[in-house]
Amino acid sequence: MSVNLSTATVEIRENRLKTIINYSGTAKDLNEKSKQETLRLTSVDFSQCNSCQQGCADDMCGMIIGSATVVHAPIGCFATDIGRHIQGNSVSKIRNLGNFDSHTICTNLTESDTIYGGLDKLRTAVYEIYHRHQPRVIFITTSCASGIIGDDVESVAREAEDELGIKVVPIFCEGFKSKIWNTGRDAAFHGILRSIVKKSGKKQDDLVNVFNFEGVDTFSPLLAKLNLRVNYLLPMATVEQLETISEAACTTEICETLSSYAAEGLEDVFQVPKVKSPSPYGLNWTDQWLREIAKLTNREHLAEEVIRQEHERIEPELNQLRQSLKGLKVFVFAGDTYAHNLANMTRDLGVTLIGMNTMHRDQKTDSEDINTLDNLVHSLGDIPNFSVCNVQPYRVMKIIKKLNPDVLLTRHMGLYNIGTKLGIPSIPEGDANFSIAYDGVIKLGRRLVLALETKSLVQNLSEHAVIPYTDWWMEEENDVYIGEGEFDI
Amino acid sequence: MSSIIAQPRYSCALAAQQTVLAIPRGIPVIHAGPGCSQKAYAFASTGAGFQGEGYAGGNNVPSTNTSENEVVFGGETLLIKEIAAALKIMKGDLFVVLSGCTSDIVGDDSIQIAKDFARKGYPVVGVETAGFKGNNYYGHEAVVNGIIEQYIGDVTPQVEPGLVNVFSVVPGQNPFWRGDLEQIKNLLEKIGLKVNILFGYRSEGIAEWKNIPNAQFNLLISPWVGLSTVRLLENQYKTPFLHIKTLPVGAKQSSAFLREVGAFAGLDQEKVEQVIQREEKRYYEYFMGLADFILAFRNNLPHQLYAVGDSNYALSTSRFLVEEAGFLLEQLYLIDDPGAEGIKIAKELIHSYFGGREDQLIFENDGELISEDLREKIGDSKKALILGSDWERDIARETGNLFTYLSLPIIRKTIVSKSYVGYNGALQLLEDLYSLPFHQGEFTSNTQRE
Repeated sequence: MSVNLSTATVEIRENRLKTIINYSGTAKDLNEKSKQETLRLTSVDFSQCNSCQQGCADDMCGMIIGSATVVHAPIGCFATDIGRHIQGNSVSKIRNLGNFDSHTICTNLTESDTIYGGLDKLRTAVYEIYHRHQPRVIFITTSCASGIIGDDVESVAREAEDELGIKVVPIFCEGFKSKIWNTGRDAAFHGILRSIVKKSGKKQDDLVNVFNFEGVDTFSPLLAKLNLRVNYLLPMATVEQLETISEAACTTEICETLSSYAAEGLEDVFQVPKVKSPSPYGLNWTDQWLREIAKLTNREHLAEEVIRQEHERIEPELNQLRQSLKGLKVFVFAGDTYAHNLANMTRDLGVTLIGMNTMHRDQKTDSEDINTLDNLVHSLGDIPNFSVCNVQPYRVMKIIKKLNPDVLLTRHMGLYNIGTKLGIPSIPEGDANFSIAYDGVIKLGRRLVLALETKSLVQNLSEHAVIPYTDWWMEEENDVYIGEGEFDI
Repeated sequence: MSSIIAQPRYSCALAAQQTVLAIPRGIPVIHAGPGCSQKAYAFASTGAGFQGEGYAGGNNVPSTNTSENEVVFGGETLLIKEIAAALKIMKGDLFVVLSGCTSDIVGDDSIQIAKDFARKGYPVVGVETAGFKGNNYYGHEAVVNGIIEQYIGDVTPQVEPGLVNVFSVVPGQNPFWRGDLEQIKNLLEKIGLKVNILFGYRSEGIAEWKNIPNAQFNLLISPWVGLSTVRLLENQYKTPFLHIKTLPVGAKQSSAFLREVGAFAGLDQEKVEQVIQREEKRYYEYFMGLADFILAFRNNLPHQLYAVGDSNYALSTSRFLVEEAGFLLEQLYLIDDPGAEGIKIAKELIHSYFGGREDQLIFENDGELISEDLREKIGDSKKALILGSDWERDIARETGNLFTYLSLPIIRKTIVSKSYVGYNGALQLLEDLYSLPFHQGEFTSNTQRE
């Protein structure tokens, strides 16, 4: 059991899940080595920037309705706050929930705070945000600076909790503490499971918890076919919704990487069963996922009927798409599990997956019953040119240039321009909900066709793009830079 | 000015990586936690109207991504390895090491390490940009000064008459910086100057930077950001500087700007006047054309001006709208934390520019307090024009008033080559403003909007 709610901090992914961020080989090889946990978290001699866990934690906490977040950090850690505000509003509108306002504030740590401590400011910020917005819960997220100077955030949280009579939940997510940014999501879930979720005697037998990002509502119409309702978590969930998530019949997610910790915690501590199937991306995984949910909610007969009908419904267009996309070479570049989801969809469209790069690899999983890479290898067989690295365009650009795919399937802002510079169109997977289930496959097929038809943009730009890497590096055979040992300065 | 901040409008010193990236083939090397560079990019490039990663920004930025190990044992070895690798892998002319909170608290000597590389002949500079040291206005100055001190260094100037260095907008933090710098360069070239613009697509990169000591004079177009830079250059190379307090927007400001620069540079006055005459003629033809519309529709058009931005942008655009376009100044909110000298300058400017009062200026970096005050002041007026960021855009929508962008964050608009600077910039601003009512449904002169 990986969820231990007795501690204030979550165990970081590199320790808990034996996560690695460097690998080159094949899917099957990685899968076997992961099972035996033989791979080590190594560092390389040159790295480019990526994300930190603090940003992930802020994203998790910042879109819960009825809560407020105090970011205990210098202003740079908080500068992109508008993103949550607009993102929240966008998903709120699309789900008919009205206006959304982000309730956040930053302690704006300065040099003197790093010398004398930032707790006075933290206290001020907690009370200030309480008076501005009267939240039911206040989250405090920590930063590199607040962590290194050793601010006792917990003491302020406890004191404020007593005085204000609301939950004040510290989320420990200092950027330097984990090389895996997803640890920050785990940290947020850890705080929520510890302090907000309640054990409930009640059950809502038709309610399914769905951990997702800010995507469109595709789960409700699908699960409505099984007479089930969706409880979307976390963006736009209310504090009340979080308090009662243990009443749901089961828990599922768009991506293991996002929420396996929460789903496992709900199963272990709150007895909400987790749907033990890969997420519903690609026909076979959607079938499997529906059957699992049906089993947990006693709807097996309905599920079989839905599966039959849906396959029949999409078949004509799917056949057409397969014809148009025949021979297309695709490269997948995305998170860990979500990349597996995307890769699995290539199977249905008859395109050739010539390689993929995932941002990390959890050798273990929070739930021992789910291993998406194992599922992927079963679904597709071995996948060549399988690598792991956390963004690192200097490596991935080389890999993609060598393999020369026709299309990139990518998720994460800022990855698309690798394709642009090489003249390869990218399919952005910004909204993960969009691609689920049977229609998701069809929509991906349509987007692939469109990407090819509208290729002139990237073709045009690639003719004028300048790659910021030296010729030596681009021609060097190794994808990983190996330094020359100690540099004598 | 608040010490805790909601609805942020600037980032931290490390976001000055955008300053490095604004120099053609400039490469930042970040010595900080794993998310710092990415957040700086998200705020000051993506959040500045989706300006993109450019040559080597975004995910391409080299970063040590310091972890627990470096916090406990120090990160100097890792930084040395990172710089050495960046020099081999990245195609760059200038590498600027920027340290963040982790390394500056634990005491890594990033500057010394950069200097050691420089001593071996590598184009490496080191600047401390920990987030707790200041905001990205501060960081911008620190980076520019760091490059001057460490990269250009101790040389004897060979003064070239007619050559001017321009110090002005902050790349990324000023969303129209690319267009602004092009406009400034165009204006100055028209009166016969040779311009080291230093940043952006029309800069010659490090060749220009190397040439800084040889300029006849330095031109600072900014209320306070960059003052330390021109003073440093005056001290180091005895280069005189002309301080124009804000960007010239519109004919009145641009003509005054050209006259003042021309006189300072000792240019032929007649030639300058010829340029002004030609520019003004074109400008007023366009403006006059638009005036038919403004007068016909003015019952439905706003006249109350609210601006939220930094001292440079907010003061210059407001001055234009008040002096030339008939707007009435209601309230300015300056968000750049200008410090004592900057505040004094801004207060002087509001008097001298348009006879404004001191209470029409609010210095505030907590955006939520700005929002609150703005809502209250606008009340139920439908005649307000708000210039600001995405935060103010919501207020404009709520209150049914017009809005256009002037400051960060901007993630509901794409910005390409736009600028409000100069003669042409002001025309662009008018075109933007007076197209706004048409986005709110049918808009004619014969139906009064309530």
